[in-house]
Amino acid sequence: MPKSLVSLLIVLLSVLFATAQTKSSSAPSDLPPGSTSLIDPEDLLSELQSQQGEKPLVFNVGPSILYMQAHIPGSEYVGATSDKQGLERLRTRVKTLPRNQPIVVYCGCCPWSHCPNVRPAYNELQRMGFTNLRVLYLADNFGVDWVDKGYPTTKGQ
Amino acid sequence: MRRIVLVIVVIAIAIAVYEAARHSSHAKGHPGAVDSPAPQFSLQDLDGKALSLANYQGKVVLLNFWATWCTPCRGEIPQFIEFQNTYGPQGLQLIGISMDDDAKPVHEFYQQFKMDYPVAIGNANLAESYGGVLGLPVTFLIGRDGRIAAKYVGATDMTALQQKIQSLLQAR
Repeated sequence: MPKSLVSLLIVLLSVLFATAQTKSSSAPSDLPPGSTSLIDPEDLLSELQSQQGEKPLVFNVGPSILYMQAHIPGSEYVGATSDKQGLERLRTRVKTLPRNQPIVVYCGCCPWSHCPNVRPAYNELQRMGFTNLRVLYLADNFGVDWVDKGYPTTKGQ
Repeated sequence: MRRIVLVIVVIAIAIAVYEAARHSSHAKGHPGAVDSPAPQFSLQDLDGKALSLANYQGKVVLLNFWATWCTPCRGEIPQFIEFQNTYGPQGLQLIGISMDDDAKPVHEFYQQFKMDYPVAIGNANLAESYGGVLGLPVTFLIGRDGRIAAKYVGATDMTALQQKIQSLLQAR
C-alpha cells in the first residue's frame, strides 16, 4: 500500500475517533457514553420512516414554546421535565405502558450538555422499569440538528 | 493514487456545495435573515408596560431570546447588562425575550440579576417571525436602519459581539 494512502487513512481514522470522543465526552454522566441509550437524529428518522418493525413512542420533554414552533411529527408533548409537573405528566402518560415499550425522549432546547430536561426524563423512565428507552442525541439544539437538516417537522400543540 | 485523490476532491466539493446550500436557506428573503428588515412586535414587558420594537427606531437593538432554564443564556445576562450600561448612552438598547413557559421564574430572575433592560415573555408567533427559535440562546443585532445586522445562535462570542455593537453604533 502506498505511504500516502496509509497517511490518508490515519488522518481519516483520527478524525472519526475525535468525533466519537467529542460526542461521548459531552454526554450527560447518567447516560453512559456511547451506549445504546442514545439515538442519532438520522437513525430515529430512519426508524420512524421504516415500513418494518415497531415504531417507538416519541416524547417531547422540552418547553412548549419550542414544541409549538416545530416538533417531530407524531411526537407527543409532555412538557419540560426539569420541573415536578413535567415529570408527573410523564409518569401519568407512561403508567399503563408495557415496560418493554420502545420509547424515545427528546428536547433540543439548548446544547446537549446543558439540557435540563432529558436527564430527569430518562432517569424517571428508567426508574419506572422501562427497558427499551433511548434519548435523541441533539448536539446543539433541535433547530440545528433536526430542522436545518431538512428532517420532517410539524407545528402546533 | 491519482484516482483516490480525485475521489477525495469530488467528495470535498460535494460537501462544500451541500453546506453552501444549507446556509443559503438563512439568506436574504427568509424571516429573521441577516440584512432583512427586523420583524416588528408589540408585547408587554414584565412591568406591564408596552414594549414595541418601533419605539427604538434609530437605535442599535440587541434582541436576545433566552430562558431561565437555559444555562448558557443565564451566563450571558451579566455581560448584556454591562453592554446596556456602557453603550446605552451611545444608542444601544437591549431587549430580552424570555421563552419560559411560566412567567414566575422570569420575574424572580429579573429581580435577582437586576436586569436593567426591558424583558417580555415571548410566544411562538414572534419566534417564527424571526425564523424560528428552536434552541437557545439566540441573539439578533438590529442596526439603526432597522435591519438585522447579525444573528448569533448558541452561546455568543462576546468579543465578536462587542466589536459588532461598536461598529453599528458608529454608523449614523
